[in-house]
Amino acid sequence: MATAAEPILQVNGLVKHFPLTQGILFQKQIGAVKAVDGVSFELHKGETLGLVGESGCGKSTVAKLLMNLERATKGQVMYKGQDISKLSGGALKAVRRNIQMVFQDPYTSLNPRMTVADIIAEPYAIHPEAKPKQGAKKRVQELLELVGLNPEHINRYPHQFSGGQRQRIGIARGLALNPEIIICDEPVSALDVSVQAQVINLMEKLQGEFGLSYVFIAHDLSIVRHISDRVAVMYLGKIVEIGTETEIYDHPTHPYTQALLSAVPVPDPTGRDNRDRIILSGDVPSPANPPSGCRFRTRCWKAQEVCAQEEPLLQLRTGMHGPALHASACHFAEEKDIVHAH
Amino acid sequence: MTTNQLTKTDAKGTVPGAPLLEVDNLHVEFRTRDGVAKAINGVSYSVAAGETLAVLGESGSGKSVTAQTIMGILDMPPGVITKGEIRFQGRDMLKMSGEERRKIRGNKIAMIFQDALSALNPVYSVGFQLGEMFRVHKGMSRKDAKAKAIELMDLVKIPAAKQRVSDYPHQFSGGMRQRIMIAMAMALDPELIIADEPTTALDVTVQAQVMDLLADLQRERNMGLILITHDLGVVADVADKIAVMYAGRIVEEASVHDLYQRPAHPYTEGLLASIPRLDLKGQDLYAIKGLPPNLMRIPTGCAFNPRCPYAQDVCRTDVPPLHEVAPGRGSACHFAKEVLDGNRG
Repeated sequence: MATAAEPILQVNGLVKHFPLTQGILFQKQIGAVKAVDGVSFELHKGETLGLVGESGCGKSTVAKLLMNLERATKGQVMYKGQDISKLSGGALKAVRRNIQMVFQDPYTSLNPRMTVADIIAEPYAIHPEAKPKQGAKKRVQELLELVGLNPEHINRYPHQFSGGQRQRIGIARGLALNPEIIICDEPVSALDVSVQAQVINLMEKLQGEFGLSYVFIAHDLSIVRHISDRVAVMYLGKIVEIGTETEIYDHPTHPYTQALLSAVPVPDPTGRDNRDRIILSGDVPSPANPPSGCRFRTRCWKAQEVCAQEEPLLQLRTGMHGPALHASACHFAEEKDIVHAH
Repeated sequence: MTTNQLTKTDAKGTVPGAPLLEVDNLHVEFRTRDGVAKAINGVSYSVAAGETLAVLGESGSGKSVTAQTIMGILDMPPGVITKGEIRFQGRDMLKMSGEERRKIRGNKIAMIFQDALSALNPVYSVGFQLGEMFRVHKGMSRKDAKAKAIELMDLVKIPAAKQRVSDYPHQFSGGMRQRIMIAMAMALDPELIIADEPTTALDVTVQAQVMDLLADLQRERNMGLILITHDLGVVADVADKIAVMYAGRIVEEASVHDLYQRPAHPYTEGLLASIPRLDLKGQDLYAIKGLPPNLMRIPTGCAFNPRCPYAQDVCRTDVPPLHEVAPGRGSACHFAKEVLDGNRG
């Protein structure tokens, strides 16, 4: 759980703009896709931070920025006093030893021409200083056992495994260097329902065993609630609401969070005809040309003139009551219980 | 074929309450170089007008293959229908000629696919593709067909339909493209719609819009709907009855309220227990152990037995038939009574 101690990862005002260019010979920039536009959060040791939002809201770009797989346009990613977003070369490599990633698609994130042993031991080829003394093979077998696979299968190829098993291989690779932070980008979205639960349970078990911190990116709100201690809701490159899992799910104050929670189909048919559902109209606007002021205002039922003129900051809002003491980026933030109202 | 039968099919909603479509003991296998994959092993279900049947299952359970067989779009070879009947308004479609089936496809039974971007042709405007339905099936002129296309786009609530009718699929968002797919399915006023994972590729807020639209249209036109999905939430929202599939068989069939209240098959029970809840933070998730079977090597006896907490010796030898365990609900489990009573073995 989160402690008051120093955060292990601190993200300040992270911005990523992808330039839009025109012309063939003389390219000139005509605009930018504002994929991530000022995102700040903290991650504590042993904690899971869930990052939710619809496709195109910038959650995967945030994941890449945390690893410096994409260079940030602006902002900082502080890890142990170093700004990851400014590092390069050897210094960056050293930091990445402690931050690993698990990807969404277990079919494309494993090289089909490498055996499981090669895949899981590859981190040791990149970081020879981390190579275990007893030899990589033994460690690979330990890792396989740890993630619930048969250690005798180290010479098999990815195609000989099912989706859920491949995701376990991906997790084993992520664990190879004993990292402190694992960034999971939609780790279970490609899996069948009955297999999802296995992988989620495994990730929770590993977190308890090694004190890992997770940044857990997903669009499935139920899964995020299950695994996260704190949750950040993103919309069009910005965090609109952030708080503990209870604050976000039981006491949401931002209209977008409320709409998102309301749209999740409830796996219980009782009273389905009387459900009061918030159905948003329209689609997410283009991040190349986001609305002025509050970015959600074009789809928001509370929107007024001030929303078009003034951008609401992510801060503690007055007018909230009860335990809802978390930050929300809405001028008219108001608590509304969605998930228990069904 | 007698004339009598023909007139019967032409009238809409022949006998009230009679099923529109009946799938009866269907068997489909795929003969490949590596062996025979038994994708469907005796599936039976029926849908009446105005009814929504949800077919629930994981990948490889045979839910989509059943739909493709109904539509007559199964790749043959390698697919082979080895047994069974598919009756639409009482007539077995598997015995019809290609031409007769073409008259049903689109006109009477239409399908909505999961991935709208790959189901639409990228080099024609959506108006052209919608209009094609009327030009090909009804012999309309281009101009009339375009007017019809705009009408359809209005029907599925695409804003500014008049202006957007000449746009191409890539100019629409995912949700809008899925609306166009729905419009195309609605074009000829079918009596049955088969929707194969219609919202799986969409975000939740858009999913809610699209499911709402589909349910409204179905109610207005009193169509039968077969909704194929793996999402237990979507099913709970719209279905009247549910067929749960596993390894090419229906393992449980029940009305939506019965099934969610108390499942009668261990697989359904496991599925319901393994989804996290939005309204409370639970403890450890229940996980069904093991993996879905390889269709080339389906376990003997009950296909679910290696993963089942109730499994006994009889499950490894005898295939449990789908039998009635309570009025209006069936389960294919030797221990259905115990599952219903909640006594895990």
